[in-house]
Amino acid sequence: MERIKTLNNLVESANKGGCGECQTSCQSASKTSCAVANQKC
Amino acid sequence: MVHCFKKNGYNIVLDVNSGSVHQVDDVAYDMIQMYESSTPEQIIEAMLEKYKDRADVTRQDLQATIEDIEELKKSGQLFSKDMFENVQWNFKKRQSVLKALCLHVAQDCDLACKYCFAGQGEYHTGRSLMSYETGKQALDFLIQSSGSRHNLEVDFFGGEPLLNWDVVKKLVAYGRSKEKEYDKNFRFTITTNGMGINDDVIDFCNKEMSNVVLSLDGRKETNDRMRSTRAGVGSYDIIVPKFKKLVEKRLQGPEGRREYYIRGTFTHYNLDFLQDILHMADLGFTELSIEPVVASPDAPYALKPEDLPVINEQYDQLAKEMLKRRREGRGFTFYHYMIDLEGGPCIVKRISGCGVGTEYLAVNANGDLYPCHQFAGEEPYKVGNVYDGITRPEVADEFKECNVYSHEECKSCFARLYCSGGCAANAMHTTGSIKGVYKFGCDIHRNRIENALMLKVAEQADKDAAEEAEREKAE
Repeated sequence: MERIKTLNNLVESANKGGCGECQTSCQSASKTSCAVANQKC
Repeated sequence: MVHCFKKNGYNIVLDVNSGSVHQVDDVAYDMIQMYESSTPEQIIEAMLEKYKDRADVTRQDLQATIEDIEELKKSGQLFSKDMFENVQWNFKKRQSVLKALCLHVAQDCDLACKYCFAGQGEYHTGRSLMSYETGKQALDFLIQSSGSRHNLEVDFFGGEPLLNWDVVKKLVAYGRSKEKEYDKNFRFTITTNGMGINDDVIDFCNKEMSNVVLSLDGRKETNDRMRSTRAGVGSYDIIVPKFKKLVEKRLQGPEGRREYYIRGTFTHYNLDFLQDILHMADLGFTELSIEPVVASPDAPYALKPEDLPVINEQYDQLAKEMLKRRREGRGFTFYHYMIDLEGGPCIVKRISGCGVGTEYLAVNANGDLYPCHQFAGEEPYKVGNVYDGITRPEVADEFKECNVYSHEECKSCFARLYCSGGCAANAMHTTGSIKGVYKFGCDIHRNRIENALMLKVAEQADKDAAEEAEREKAE
């Protein structure tokens, strides 16, 4: 019986992170969309 | 670190360091909480005892769930270690480049909102407007200080920026004229109280501004209690028709120019702020935001510690209402519930946050530079000016340490990678130090994050249920 469902990795994001091209706004830490993650580089 | 919580009937497990989110049933929820302090055999025995009336809870089934947990742990999606603190990126020595400016093009305002942190828009330095020359110099300073960054951001702010509208338009034209030469892309945004909106403003904003933030506190009585002219006339009846017209036209515009926010502030006077958000939605607006006021504790409208349970209950009810309306096909977004699990920011962004004082600066009307708009006019925090650049690097450097790992309190908080250590300005204004922690804000934020994750889990559950129904139909 499936008791755990995992939704669709921050540790791995360190490898391609920090390009700085994402948007800046107040309290934006979790809301900014990332071009790397969205494969829109 | 693992954070387990129940919200709106869902059992949710957040693996803090990897960002993984799991929806689990009651049995797995209990097992995960026991996992680090008990042996697999102890967990199985405890579950067999607790769920002895349930036929589906068997030793074999529990063993399989233990294996699932171990598999998730092995793949770094559960009980993952904090890899980031050990890396010890030295943020103090980190070379960051400037990529965003807030331009206080008007230190003046046609409203006199009671809670305004800028003191009726004047930032405690008297009324003044930014000249085109100063604004131009600010854009040049941004271009020169931005290194190889391609995307630059400029927010026209006040006071009320529409009081200096011609300069705003000229600065946008100037920025656009420099894009090709320097391989830059300007993202212009504007924050307005709406009083000065006319057809020219609407057409220009919808052509050039990537986002417009429109200030409205919700219901007429809520809005007009705090947002009125200096003569005491409420703004609601003036601005709502203008906002409707702007948004209606904006949504017909090109992609990349449709973004907007109706943004409000709630205070001790409207602890039932959910009704204000729903009022915004019922007016036809779908991109919504409302922020808790940050004020001196002796202000009559300041939020009080005893307000917290009511505030969090309102956020819970908001999430439920959003879910209900989404299922009815009339959903709306709420800024703090906009979490992107798959395409969200990388770990560097999550640790370093908004970039206050490092990647982001505010420019007041005479060209002085401050770490952000909430520090504008506060002399101890002035870091330079647009003509000479950063003249007080020792002040700017203090802000390099505004991140998750500079706060001891954040180390045990599950929400730390969703808030980056909180707002430096709120910390300064409530604790006297940019390295302080605004605990009241933390309590609110943690609850908002739980609700945001719940909405994501519910969205996935709805999708799964729809797919299941389709499959059954096909069979």
